[in-house]
Amino acid sequence: MAQAANPEASPWIGAAASAAAQSRNNIFEMSRQAESAVIDPRDAGGFPSGWRRAIAARIATLNALPDLAAHYLAGVADPALRGLADPNAAGRDARERGVISFMDRVATQPRAVQAEEIEGLKACGSANSTPS
Amino acid sequence: MSRVVHRFTRNVPDWQPRVTPVDLTKASPEQLDALKVTPSNTKVSDYVLVLAHDPETLNVRSPLFNGIMYDSGGLSRAERELGAIGASVVNRCIYCAAVHAARHAQLSKDTTVTDELFANGEKAKLGPRDQAIFDYSVKLSQSPPAVTEADTARLREAGLDEAEIVDLILSTALFGWANRLMHILGDPVRKDG
Repeated sequence: MAQAANPEASPWIGAAASAAAQSRNNIFEMSRQAESAVIDPRDAGGFPSGWRRAIAARIATLNALPDLAAHYLAGVADPALRGLADPNAAGRDARERGVISFMDRVATQPRAVQAEEIEGLKACGSANSTPS
Repeated sequence: MSRVVHRFTRNVPDWQPRVTPVDLTKASPEQLDALKVTPSNTKVSDYVLVLAHDPETLNVRSPLFNGIMYDSGGLSRAERELGAIGASVVNRCIYCAAVHAARHAQLSKDTTVTDELFANGEKAKLGPRDQAIFDYSVKLSQSPPAVTEADTARLREAGLDEAEIVDLILSTALFGWANRLMHILGDPVRKDG
């Protein structure tokens, strides 16, 4: 979403389309607000912003979007959190492993996610208010 | 008894949450604000009540959704629905596909497009413009970085202008998010009998 928020940074849609995107500036502004609500919420609960940024970078990497991954990771200083951006990193404890494994599935295989996996998340200690 | 619906349909099923919805009688002021609940408007779907666990995101999600799907100009509403259906087919969100196929049929006054989409999924054969729109939304949903300038050129060849292309990208991308919420947070169900 960070890339799309700046239409001029989307070379694959072409300069003319970037100009057309300006007519939807309201949409890009609302996209920025939605991104902020997910990545830097006022109440981050059990998932601090640095953690969310690292996971966003991980998801960008899983989608083969290295520039977007770098964008999210740029705001993360803690090496332990930065390590989570590597899709090969499993997480530092059972709860984190459960959450990250679930998020990888949501990102890459949404059609395959089953109800039992939600129950698995609850079992590993995640409340109803997991990140959007 | 309810059974989970596994096949694409235009007959919109019910939706059964996998995550406990917010209890409206116990909702916080921020949740009530995000839910747009007023004394004269207390009807809120289970889906929105589940999303209300994160009121900050819900508060921006609804206007974003409405802007992308309903703002004037650009791609027609029916063709935005086609982008939404393409994403929903790839992500196999039965509920989203049903809602937006029904809207597409209503807006276009035609069921042949969604009949074909549901019969053949990602291999559906459509008219040239619909085919270009559907194929683009499928490819973008499957793998965003796989989309190239050649794919965009195909949209132009099918008659889409630049503003319409941007709207197609927006509606498809929106459903990358919406499908994940709807399909993963609950099940499409139909009551037996």
